[in-house]
Amino acid sequence: MSAREFFEEQHGLTPQRLERILAEALANGGDYADVYAEHRLFTSLHLEENVLKEISEAVSQGVGVRVVAGEETGYAYTNDLSLSGLLGAARTAGSVARFGPRVTQVNLSPIEVPNRFPAARPPYLGPIEDIIASIEAANESARAADPRVREVTVHWGDEWRQVVIATSEGQLAHDTTPLFVFSVSVVVEEEGNRQVGWKNLGLRAGLEIFSPDKAATLAREAVAQATTLLRAQPAPAGEMPIVLAPGTSGVLLHESVGHPLEADANRKKLSVFSGRVGEKVASELCTVIDDATQPHLRGSINMDGEGFVPTQPTVLIEKGVLRGYLQDKLSARLMKMAPTGNGRRQDYSAVPIPRMTNTFLAAGEDNPFDILRSVPRGIYCRAFSGGQVEPAVGQFTFSMHEAYLIENGNITTPVKGATLIGSGQEVLQNIVAVGHDLLLDRGAWACGKQGQSAPVGVGTPTVKIARMTVGGMR
Amino acid sequence: MPTRDLELLPERLLKQAQRAGAQDAEVWVQESTRFVTHLRHGNVEELTEATTRSVHLRVFVEQRVGRASSSDLRSKELAALAKRAVEHAWKSHADPFAGLPEKTGAVPPSQGLDLYDPELETMTSAEKVALAREAERIGLSLDPQVKNSGGAGFSTTRGQVWLANTRGFFNGYKASSCSLSLYLLGHERGRAEQVSDYWDSVSRHRARLESPEQVARKTVERVRRHFGAKKVGTAEVPVIFEPLLAADLLSDIFGAVRGEAIYLRRSFLADQLGRKIAADGVTIVDDGLLPGGIGTRPFDREGMPSQRTLVVEKGVLRNYLCGSYSARKLKLKSTGNGTGDGEAPTNFHLAAGPHAPEAIVGSVKKGLYLTRLIGQGVNLVTGDYSRGAFGLWIEDGHFVHPVREITISSNLRAMLEGMEMVGNDLELRDQFSAPTVKIAAMTVAGT
Repeated sequence: MSAREFFEEQHGLTPQRLERILAEALANGGDYADVYAEHRLFTSLHLEENVLKEISEAVSQGVGVRVVAGEETGYAYTNDLSLSGLLGAARTAGSVARFGPRVTQVNLSPIEVPNRFPAARPPYLGPIEDIIASIEAANESARAADPRVREVTVHWGDEWRQVVIATSEGQLAHDTTPLFVFSVSVVVEEEGNRQVGWKNLGLRAGLEIFSPDKAATLAREAVAQATTLLRAQPAPAGEMPIVLAPGTSGVLLHESVGHPLEADANRKKLSVFSGRVGEKVASELCTVIDDATQPHLRGSINMDGEGFVPTQPTVLIEKGVLRGYLQDKLSARLMKMAPTGNGRRQDYSAVPIPRMTNTFLAAGEDNPFDILRSVPRGIYCRAFSGGQVEPAVGQFTFSMHEAYLIENGNITTPVKGATLIGSGQEVLQNIVAVGHDLLLDRGAWACGKQGQSAPVGVGTPTVKIARMTVGGMR
Repeated sequence: MPTRDLELLPERLLKQAQRAGAQDAEVWVQESTRFVTHLRHGNVEELTEATTRSVHLRVFVEQRVGRASSSDLRSKELAALAKRAVEHAWKSHADPFAGLPEKTGAVPPSQGLDLYDPELETMTSAEKVALAREAERIGLSLDPQVKNSGGAGFSTTRGQVWLANTRGFFNGYKASSCSLSLYLLGHERGRAEQVSDYWDSVSRHRARLESPEQVARKTVERVRRHFGAKKVGTAEVPVIFEPLLAADLLSDIFGAVRGEAIYLRRSFLADQLGRKIAADGVTIVDDGLLPGGIGTRPFDREGMPSQRTLVVEKGVLRNYLCGSYSARKLKLKSTGNGTGDGEAPTNFHLAAGPHAPEAIVGSVKKGLYLTRLIGQGVNLVTGDYSRGAFGLWIEDGHFVHPVREITISSNLRAMLEGMEMVGNDLELRDQFSAPTVKIAAMTVAGT
């Protein structure tokens, strides 16, 4: 059932009813209003200790009504999609407006929303036996891969989200998006030394692109990572050159560039990049892009949480020069800039805020092998587990999970996980080589901001940073 | 659906689950009313109000578990939900350890636990906005270098839950909480970047929140501490965790004493029950019965009564925190921390020690007093710990200057053993709480 059919037939959310709700929301005045109704169906399966311990499903359904008056936002949400529930939410949201009606009549017309995530076999339709087969394949292949494997945990989660958005500007948009996450985590043990390795895959796609073979490959990769860590030595401490492997290292851009370029932080002068469009803020090797349009990637969207359809990548930094911000409608209007389709919301209970989609550093021209060769002593980071930034201060961290020493241009001993810290602006200036091997990671990254979680994508080619502080032990 | 009908839902759903073939079942129903306001430079940016409801069903058939939950409470949806939960259960594997708690025991009356503040029902939006506005106004008036605001917020949550299972448990309780928060930025003359910090006060009762002035003064004091920060060289030195950051450390320790982490061997504290794992001055308690505590509740998510559990006693690991499942796996007793699929803390805290915070700082010849931590970097399987940090550098027992762009690292096991001084300044302010703590040595990485 399409999103339009679902909301009209199951809940009576016809254009006429949505127009009535918008009119009610703006009865006290206000510059803008929107209605966001959502139905999400989650399925999850969890295997540990060789036992598929649980299968569960959850339905999250609700509607949020928003009224914007100047810089002020009134918001109300409810699980009750009946007319009385919706009108009640509209009145509550509208209570922020106090200056008489400006919009009296809304005429909705449907907008074209692309489908970037065609799913021939929507996961929620199963058969669930196919998912179970992949989970079991991962478990078996992890256990067969190495005798030191002590514990294997496999998790599958999928989500089928249907949305309708109606705005006082007259847009009516329907959207259906799939999402799945498959993750394997293993514990290996040798003479009392216990280590964990993990791999995950997160895509907006159907079951047709997943298989027991793929699950088994991810499981073997997780085991290889864990057994490598059995040999790991404590990481060094202090400033040194860093080489980032392609893929997950894109967390660096997410923290150091992405968050500080969200429009709300800049509008409020809460970012080190506030008011600096047109300035050189990074090494000229750096071009940073946020791209919601990549097919099937986890950070991609068909439309944002305000019914805006992003149609092209947003260039944030071009050859080191700051070009623009990640905008939602509110910030774009207040900053007199164009929206970029980054007004995302976690769910119906949350107001849209500027968020990243898939954020990555564009490919450069350096040979990855030459980049490594140029480092006499440093750290090579292959996998990251996350990061955090304080946008106003510019300090950010990111945490290595799998890393190695570089000695005389060669990757040598594995080192234990450690945190790297730097000032975003210094690190961006200190990017001294960028490889031609861009890789968009397919891991299940989630970004947290103001209590809202959003699926995102990260990516980077091989990158050399002249120096960063490594939080090791020796 | 009126609230009184919600109370009837658990029994109805249990029957539907049994009709669908469940041998055992458990239903959790919750209703929650939330208010949030956020303002900046005196102007309201956001005002949100909402009431939400949801039901959560867990069923068992032949030691197999299925689950379904929904926020769509229309009758036909609920009937279908029970059927699907049972279908899911049949497709999962049999697990001899699965099941409802055998005996739930006597639940303490929720009135005595002081969980609900009726004043929050009648407080108007205008009063709530005024509190946040006042905190921000005072905060921006205290220091000429603290003039930018990231915003002030006030929020309340009031709600009610009901839990029922096919072994005859049926109980419910009301709970509330509110919080006042402020985030401010400072700008020193002659420096490009700003500094920022945050403070909030959280309570189940409006009357027990810190005043707007207290929140403002604490926030400004925290911001000012970052002025004039420098980088420092890499060194191994004593590190002092102020109470807020010691509480953060307690959340990591909780992660390592959860029953699930123990039976899966995903904790550096697996196989350590009864062993000395920390310095003599370290006593850690999880107290689900603390009156008015943010983590207090009469029973856990499976109906086991709340209790006070001694986790670490004078450095010796005494108890893991278990729900009924991990208790069966580990041949221990549930400690009333069950969530149905793992464990949650109640009021998990480090007991106060004998030392005044000033005396702890005074004892350090050269070292670091932490003022902020950022990022992840904690591996509970190995205990390896490496976090981004801000702090104050100490020499000869006195603060000399703030530091930035550093990391602190060690291993949680070594940190527990190295907790050589515990402060007398414990305040049970949140689910994780702790007094000031001094750790004998950690690696501080800088230039």
